[in-house]
Amino acid sequence: MESSRFILSMLVKNESGVLTRISGLFARRAFNIDSLSVGETENHLISRITISARGDDYIREQIVKQLMKLVDVITVELMDLENTVLRELLLVKVRFEKGELTELMQAISVFRAKVIDLTSNTATLELTGQASKVTAFIDFLKPYGITELCRTGITAIGRGEHILNNNLKEKM
Amino acid sequence: MTGAQIIIETLIEQGIDTVFGYPGGAVLNIYDELYKASGRIRHFITCHEQGAAHAADGFARSTGKTGVVIATSGPGATNLVTGIATAYLDSSPLVAITGNVGQSLIGKDSFQEVDITGITMPITKHNYIVKDVEKLADIIREAITIASVGRPGPVLIDVPKDIQTAKCEFVPKGKAPPSGAAEISDEAVKSAIELIGQSKKPYIYAGGGVVIADASKELLEFADKIDAPIGLSMMGLSAVPGDHPRNLGMSGMHGRYAASKMLFESDLIVAVGTRFSDRATGCKISFSRGRKILHIDIDPAEIGKNIPAYVSVIGDVKAVLKKLNLQLEKTSRPDWKSEIDAVKYSPENEIPSSGNALPPQYVIESVRSFMKDDEIAVTDVGQHQMWASQFYRLGNPRTFITSGGLGTMGFGMGAAIGACIANGKKRTVLFTGDGSFHMNLNELATAVTNNLPLIIVVMNNSVLGMVRQWQTIFFDRRYSNTTLQRKTDFVRLAEAFGAGGYRAESKEAFDAALRKAFDTDGPVLIEAVIDSDEKVLPMIPPGGTIDDIILRG
Repeated sequence: MESSRFILSMLVKNESGVLTRISGLFARRAFNIDSLSVGETENHLISRITISARGDDYIREQIVKQLMKLVDVITVELMDLENTVLRELLLVKVRFEKGELTELMQAISVFRAKVIDLTSNTATLELTGQASKVTAFIDFLKPYGITELCRTGITAIGRGEHILNNNLKEKM
Repeated sequence: MTGAQIIIETLIEQGIDTVFGYPGGAVLNIYDELYKASGRIRHFITCHEQGAAHAADGFARSTGKTGVVIATSGPGATNLVTGIATAYLDSSPLVAITGNVGQSLIGKDSFQEVDITGITMPITKHNYIVKDVEKLADIIREAITIASVGRPGPVLIDVPKDIQTAKCEFVPKGKAPPSGAAEISDEAVKSAIELIGQSKKPYIYAGGGVVIADASKELLEFADKIDAPIGLSMMGLSAVPGDHPRNLGMSGMHGRYAASKMLFESDLIVAVGTRFSDRATGCKISFSRGRKILHIDIDPAEIGKNIPAYVSVIGDVKAVLKKLNLQLEKTSRPDWKSEIDAVKYSPENEIPSSGNALPPQYVIESVRSFMKDDEIAVTDVGQHQMWASQFYRLGNPRTFITSGGLGTMGFGMGAAIGACIANGKKRTVLFTGDGSFHMNLNELATAVTNNLPLIIVVMNNSVLGMVRQWQTIFFDRRYSNTTLQRKTDFVRLAEAFGAGGYRAESKEAFDAALRKAFDTDGPVLIEAVIDSDEKVLPMIPPGGTIDDIILRG
C-alpha cells in the first residue's frame, strides 16, 4: 500500500478541548499530522478543521473511522484532491542587502506574493497558494536569509456544488 | 436547585438507583444530596476509588445497566483512571462523576486539583468539564446515553465545586428512550449470505459484543443454520453455554486446542462482536491467510483495524444475526462436522490435570459444581484467570466477569463486589491469585461491611505465576521478581477483616472449605495452595500460529 498525502476536512463542535481530542487521537493511534488549521465557520457553534497527513489506505480509513467516533466531530471527509481547492498562507520575513531589492521584487511579482512591510534591510511578505508553491517560494528566499516565517497549514474547500456539511452526522 | 441536587435528581430520573464512590472535599455537596436522597438512590463506599470504579464496572458487566462511580478531585479522580481504562478496553458502560476545585481555582495548581478530563481523554468515549450549571442536567443525560449506546464505554463528567453550589431551575425530562442503532445495509447482508453460501468450512468466532447485545439465542440459531462450530474470545465466553455441542471453547493464546485448530482449518471466519485482539489472533497474517473473514460489529472502526474483512456488516449484532437467520437456508455440512469432532475428541484437545495435591483445574471445576448457572464468577488477572476461562463451564450470559483488554490485576475484588450488589446480593465467586489479590485486598472490608455472599478463592502459588511461566519458557528460568516470599497468612487476614477464612492444600480440604463457604452468608476467603510451577496450557506464543502451540509442559 502506498503512503501518500491526504487532506481531511471536518466540521466539529466549537468547544474547548475539541482540538486536544483530535490531536490526541492522532498521537494515540500513531498517525502523523503534517499540518492542521482550524477556524470558526459562519455558524459560531461549528468549527472547520483541515488536516494534512500522510499514510496508506489503511491509515486513511482508520483515521476517518476513529475521528467519526468522537462525540464532538460532526462530519469528516477525505477530500478528493482532484476536486478540491487547496490553499496555504505564508508570512515570511527576509533580510536583503542593498542592491538585492530589485531582484527580490521581481520574484515577488512572479510568485504573486505581496509585500506587507518593508524596512531598509528587511521585507515581510505574504503569499497564498498551494503548498508546493509556498515551498518553492521559501526555497527561493532561503539564500537571502529568512529571519522568520509562519505557514498556516493547508486549508481546503471542495469545488462547485460539493459542500462538506451536506452529510452532517445526526449529532447536532 | 443546586448543581449537586441536579446531579442526584438527574441520575434518579435516568433510572440510576445504585452508585459507588468515595467522598472528599470537592464532592461534599454531592454527598450531602446523596444523604438526603438515601431512600431513592443507594451509595456504596469502597476502600479506594479504584475499587469503586471496578465495582461500578462489575455492576455494569453483570447487568448491562450503566454503572456510576463518584470520586473527589485530584487523587480521588486519578485513582479512577485504571478502572476507567479497564471499562474502556472491554466496552463497559460506566459514568464517572468527579468533583473538581472551583472554576476560579482551576489552572492554579490548587489543592487536589488535577486535569482529569485531559488525563481521561484517551480512555473515555467522551468526557466533560461542566462550566455552566444550566447545562449540567443535559450533560448528565447525554453522558448516560453515550455510555450505553452503540458500543458501550466509559464517560467522565468533571464538576467544579462552584457548579455544585450554583443554582438553576431543574426541568425533569424523564428517561431517555433507547436510541435506535444504525440501519443495517441490505447489500452487506446479501454479500454476507453469499459468502457463507460459498464456504465449506465456516467457523464462528464470537466475542464480547454478543454478550453485550444479548444475542446468545440468535448466535446459536445462526450456528445451527450454517452448521458451524463456535470459538469464543475471552470476553465472549459467557455468550454460549459451556456444554453446548457447538461450543469449542476459547480460542487464542491460551485457548482450547480444538477452538484454535478448527479456526485455522476453516475457510471462513464469521467474527461476531469481536475486535481481533492480538492475544486472540496470534500471527495476524496467518490468521487470515487461506480463509475469508466476515466481520459483524457495531463499531465501524473495528472493521479492518486488526484483521482485514472480506465482507463486513455493521450494526447491532443481535439485529444483524436476526436478519441473517431470516434469510439463510439451513445447511448441513457433515464432512466439516466429522472433521471438527475428530479434533474435539482427540487427545490434543484434552488438558491433563497436573498430578499435584491441588491442581488448578480441580479448584475451578470444584467451585463450579457448587454454583448455579445464573450465579456469577469473577476473575482477577493472571494464570488463575486463564484456568477459569478454560475450566469454568459457563452457564448464563453475563456470569463471567473478567478484565480482558486491559488485563487489570486487582480488578477482581471491586468487580465482584459490584456484580454481587447488582444482582441482589446473589452468591458470587471471585477467582484470584496471590499476586492480584494483594493489589486490592483492602476491598475485603467493603464486602464484610455489606455482608456480601462473596467467596474469594485465592489460588496461592507464592509466585507471579503468569510472568514466571513466561520467564520459564522465554527467559531461561531467570525468575526476576516473581518469587514473592510473602508471609501473608490469608486465613488470619480474612478473619482480621471480619470474613471467614480457610486454607486448603488438598482436594479434600478444598471441598470441605467450599462446603462451609457455600453455607455462609457473608464473605469467605479460601486459600487454595497450588504448586509454583503449574502452567497454563495450551499456549500459542505471542505472534504464533496453531503450528507453534505448546500442548504439554
